[in-house]
Amino acid sequence: MRRQLAARLAQSLIVVIIVTTISFFVIRSAPGDPFSYESTTITPAIRDHWREQFGYNRPLPVQFIRYVTSVAHGELGYSFQMHEPVAVALAAAVPRTLLLTGLALGLSFLFGIIIGVLQATHRDGWFDRVTSAVLLFFYSLPDFWAALMILLLFAYWWPVLPAGNIVDPVMHDYMGGWEALVDRLRHLALPVLSFTLLTMAGITRYQRAAMIETLPMDFIRTARAKGLSERRIVWRHALRTALTPMVALLGLMLPALLGGALFIEKVFAWPGMGLLAAGAVAARDYDLVTATVIAGSVMVVIGSFFADLLHMAIDPRVRE
Amino acid sequence: MSSIGPSSRSIVGRLLAHRSARWALAVIALLVVAAIAGPWFTAHAGHEQLDIVKLKNTPPSWRYPFGTDQYSRDLLTRVLLGARISLAVATLAVLLSTTLGTAYGLISGYAGGAVDAAMMRVLDGFLSIPRVLLLIAILTLWNPVPLSGLILLLGATGWFGVSRIVRAQTLATRHLEYVESARALGAGTGRILLRHVLPNIVTPVIVTATLAVGNVIALEAGLSYLGVGAREPTPSWGSIFFDGVEFFAGNWWVVFFPGVAIVATVLAFNVLGDALRDVLDPRQLHRSAPVTPGTQPRENG
Repeated sequence: MRRQLAARLAQSLIVVIIVTTISFFVIRSAPGDPFSYESTTITPAIRDHWREQFGYNRPLPVQFIRYVTSVAHGELGYSFQMHEPVAVALAAAVPRTLLLTGLALGLSFLFGIIIGVLQATHRDGWFDRVTSAVLLFFYSLPDFWAALMILLLFAYWWPVLPAGNIVDPVMHDYMGGWEALVDRLRHLALPVLSFTLLTMAGITRYQRAAMIETLPMDFIRTARAKGLSERRIVWRHALRTALTPMVALLGLMLPALLGGALFIEKVFAWPGMGLLAAGAVAARDYDLVTATVIAGSVMVVIGSFFADLLHMAIDPRVRE
Repeated sequence: MSSIGPSSRSIVGRLLAHRSARWALAVIALLVVAAIAGPWFTAHAGHEQLDIVKLKNTPPSWRYPFGTDQYSRDLLTRVLLGARISLAVATLAVLLSTTLGTAYGLISGYAGGAVDAAMMRVLDGFLSIPRVLLLIAILTLWNPVPLSGLILLLGATGWFGVSRIVRAQTLATRHLEYVESARALGAGTGRILLRHVLPNIVTPVIVTATLAVGNVIALEAGLSYLGVGAREPTPSWGSIFFDGVEFFAGNWWVVFFPGVAIVATVLAFNVLGDALRDVLDPRQLHRSAPVTPGTQPRENG
């Protein structure tokens, strides 16, 4: 098992390196560089001087080696667009994305598992039919469109919640502790609601299928024969088995989740990693692009690694 | 034991007997007809600016059922034209990704051993790349992208899931007696794969492809919404909102109607995919539970 984990870690490291390399060359193959987008009052001579200074006029392989060496030394470079070190920009954006994605993921799994189990135990009943239809509808909604409609509904037509940003841009600094917390939560509500509704749909469908597969198994019949209460059988015995594939799902979901977060961030002007990356690509902010890609793939890799660990912990068959 | 796929006539018959499948097929047929014939019947051309002063951003009315956009173009016409682009892009992209994925999965599963192990590690790597971010990065640099390029990119990044399913099915099929006997009779590898293995794994491939069409339509719209997909003057459903989204609180119809078209289409393809899974061979698909198509994590925009 330890060897398996080591192999998995090595593989993850290779994935991160490959993704980094791809993004490094893809962004540099585009026309323009960070200095093409500076003010027009700057003369070409000064631009060339800057390129010289930052080494962007050297051959690509040389630039690549220089970049990798500096990353290995923990130096992620400077963002020309944000006018601050890349590490500073990332340090601000990553926790925001983690907060949004983590909350939505937690809530989706919580509700998805509960609804999925109830659907499976009342299979083909009214609850199953209604929730399945509603969730298939949510499952078919494009992320950004659903988010836009929720925004339109709750922030414009019936303006109960703020339309975007993480806190009130003007008033937040003047608020007391309690008031400031409420302000934060109010700004979190719509993005988390949209993200949860969309992510939950897939999880529920999956949990329902896993539970339906588990319920006819022999050990459930044994538990019934022992005279255990139905509630205990479903929520303790059957669910424990039916949760195993959900852990595998968690690992598979992470890359897609990062993409989904980008759309939610865009609609609700949530200044996280997705928005940062999209802006950086447009401005040819080389170091910031590559660093966000590295951060994103590291997050996915760490997430899948923990999902694998969890999978091994609860499913002895995987451990061999 | 799995048998060679059910005959095509019985599939159609059973699909038509399936109530939700009938609805889904009807919606898809309607969309295809509207996409092909619709733009001929509407009163205006999609790019025609009717009256930039008086008819800019008019809300839905009897005359302009979906309203007009900020350049005073008739939205109904544009949504119908968008159906052509969105459906064509999605269908071709899925055709490409399904072909690639099936080929990769077949080779990996049939070769087995070290080749299989290596190919699967590579696939694991691909699967952990966030598809949306990769597409955004490439499309931002390749802007404006021609439709053929968009199809190529969507196809080239969409085959990982399919090839996993195909590989699992191929592994299961490889040692079945009839494949062994074909090999004993001297059939070449190519013939065995195409004539004996492929028919046996086509069921999950069809289901996955059906679900993928809806997924890709939503993904394409999402990319256009971010400003990196199909661009003016090509009206895909996504690029229609890209124009309207900036002021969408004031002219919600520009975002609402193309969105409804997308949701109806994606829903129809998802329902059809589920129905196909019921109708084809439910047992066979159930075995590959972790990658059962309809329950895969969403990847769409």
